[in-house]
Amino acid sequence: MSTTYLEAIRQGLWEEMERDPNVFLLGEDIGVYGGAFKVTAGFFEHFGEKRVVDTPISEAAIIGASIGAGLMGLRPVAEMQFADFISCGFDQIVNFAAKCRYRWGASVPMVVRAPSGGGIHGGPYHSQNPEMWFVRTPGLKVVAPATAYDAKGLIKSAIRDNDPVIYFEHKGLYRRIKEDLPAGDYTVPIGQAKVVREGRDLSIITYGAMVWVALDAADTLAEEGASVEVVDLRTLLPLDRETVCASVKKTAKALLLHEDTRTGGMAGELAASISESVFEYLDAPILRVTAPDTPVPYSPPLEDAFLPNAQKVIEKARWLVRY
Amino acid sequence: MSAIRALGPFPGDRAGGEAELAHTCLYYMALMRELEDRIERKLYRQGKIVGGVYVGRGQEAIPVGTALVAGEDDVLLPAHRDMAAFLIRGIPARRILAQYMGRVDGPTHGREGNMHMGDMKLKLVSIISALAATVPVAAGCALALRYQGKSGVAFSYFGDGATSRGDWHEGVNFASVQKLPVVFICNNNQYAYSTPLSAQMACANVADRGPAYNMPAEIVDGNDVFAVHEATVRAAAHARAGLGPYLLECKTFRMTGHSAHDAAHYVPTGMFDEWGKLDPITRCEARMLEKGWASADEFEPLRAAVRQEVDDAVAWAEKSPYPDPATLLDDVYERRE
Ligand SMILES: Cc1ncc(C[n+]2csc(CCOP(=O)(O)OP(=O)(O)O)c2C)c(N)n1
Repeated sequence: MSTTYLEAIRQGLWEEMERDPNVFLLGEDIGVYGGAFKVTAGFFEHFGEKRVVDTPISEAAIIGASIGAGLMGLRPVAEMQFADFISCGFDQIVNFAAKCRYRWGASVPMVVRAPSGGGIHGGPYHSQNPEMWFVRTPGLKVVAPATAYDAKGLIKSAIRDNDPVIYFEHKGLYRRIKEDLPAGDYTVPIGQAKVVREGRDLSIITYGAMVWVALDAADTLAEEGASVEVVDLRTLLPLDRETVCASVKKTAKALLLHEDTRTGGMAGELAASISESVFEYLDAPILRVTAPDTPVPYSPPLEDAFLPNAQKVIEKARWLVRY
Repeated sequence: MSAIRALGPFPGDRAGGEAELAHTCLYYMALMRELEDRIERKLYRQGKIVGGVYVGRGQEAIPVGTALVAGEDDVLLPAHRDMAAFLIRGIPARRILAQYMGRVDGPTHGREGNMHMGDMKLKLVSIISALAATVPVAAGCALALRYQGKSGVAFSYFGDGATSRGDWHEGVNFASVQKLPVVFICNNNQYAYSTPLSAQMACANVADRGPAYNMPAEIVDGNDVFAVHEATVRAAAHARAGLGPYLLECKTFRMTGHSAHDAAHYVPTGMFDEWGKLDPITRCEARMLEKGWASADEFEPLRAAVRQEVDDAVAWAEKSPYPDPATLLDDVYERRE
């Protein structure tokens, strides 16, 4: 039976809660209501109020309390109603959780789930991709699954990890993608990228919902005779530079793609890593396709212009292939 | 009716009789109700609204009774169920509709949606989604008013749920310590999304938070526009006199789901019926009849006029174009020649 991305997250959470009594959930409207996106529908009825905690609208308290519970040996999974509101708990994450191990040797096993991403006409506060706020914070782990398989495998790994993990789940993928998942327990290791399509002429390196855009573009480019490799980062911190560089070494051309805005985006770090490690293999400049440096606009023509899409990727890729 | 519609953006500066005030209240409540009904029950279902819809059905007396007290020097920071505050402050229905439809003639020209709009020429500050984020901002607006030697007051709006945020407490504390002229206006509609008040706070009333900040806090019947208006006059006078902030907790009920896609199954049956009997528009009309400020045959023509106004506004908004994608990069920073 095919499983959606959203259902995959649910399954991962459910199975971890069944497996380990220390795993519990907290967040706004996640219990009785089942969550704004219904990711936790049915959890409250099954696991009870001790393990599915409906909180006040208090992101700093949700995350701070998760840290406290994590320090005491529990494994909290906090839900942000939208990734955009993670800013309200920012200090707890970047200054407390991230630095505990290095400062005083304490483990903070904690997962913060952050529904992110645009394309749903949510406007500036229900569409952002705030991953880079965290990627530049040593001590955190940051994952951003693109597939149902990885969504389930990574939520499990995140829960079992002894360091704080920010788990970005793309709202636009929730019900849009499906696949058959293996029956038994499995995990996807944090820190490993994956080549999701093999190719010879060009590497597109991306993550999250943009993996699907890259694959779309690769289909079209294949019809034109270009063989495109697609690398899905899956984890943004720690970054799997080896897989990225190996791919670029093979294809000699790199196109970096993300839905997040341009300046200070993941692409900059990737470009630097590629030129540090495999510069002599490159046959073309490294190019980027990203959202521009603006807030996420609300009106459809503006949002369409804002978001990267297959067409924008194809144009840059064609240029690179011909180069 | 024409006299009322020509009130202009700063009605708080006008002296007028009780009857005139009542007519004004009724007009704005009716307009907010009609506009939001149209948005939520018609345009949204027709797919003409771009994003989410959050309405203030049943809560109209709160933005109306408060915003009508505000004068030109006062600054308003409305929340997401305060449509009338925008109307009263001078943003016409047609432009609000254009905003909801993502059109270029909305106050944000399609960059933002629904209630996320403002205009500093009207001293109207836009909310951001993060609840209570504008509470400390209200304190800053009030600080500026005092700094500039003006007699203005900041009107800071939020729901019961927003008072759980740290920003709320920081903003209120700052205003109290500094004795800043802020009127804090809580619409306590008893739910924050699906979360009932009892899961939001351990005290029974939002007003119970007042003493912790040494701030007067008053519980008001939020479905009685006259009570809201009277209390706001009192609160604003306190703030204007330099005595510090004042909290109004307006008890009401959200006569709808959290948003247009929420059927509110978590609300116990009967609560909608119970609160429906306390509808602020019906109660306003009843009071007007009782006081002799209006006769029964005046109400239907008013409703018809409001419907017509909204019909015209919808037609106007639908003609407004979508923004040109070429403008995507404009206005991230100030334009300089
Ligand atoms: C910081 C933050 N967390 C979560 C949300 C999502 N959210 C939007 S409205 C809402 C409920 C607000 O309740 P309340 O403040 O009581 O206002 P009401 O909607 O009842 O008028 C929630 C949880 C948000 N906007 N901001």
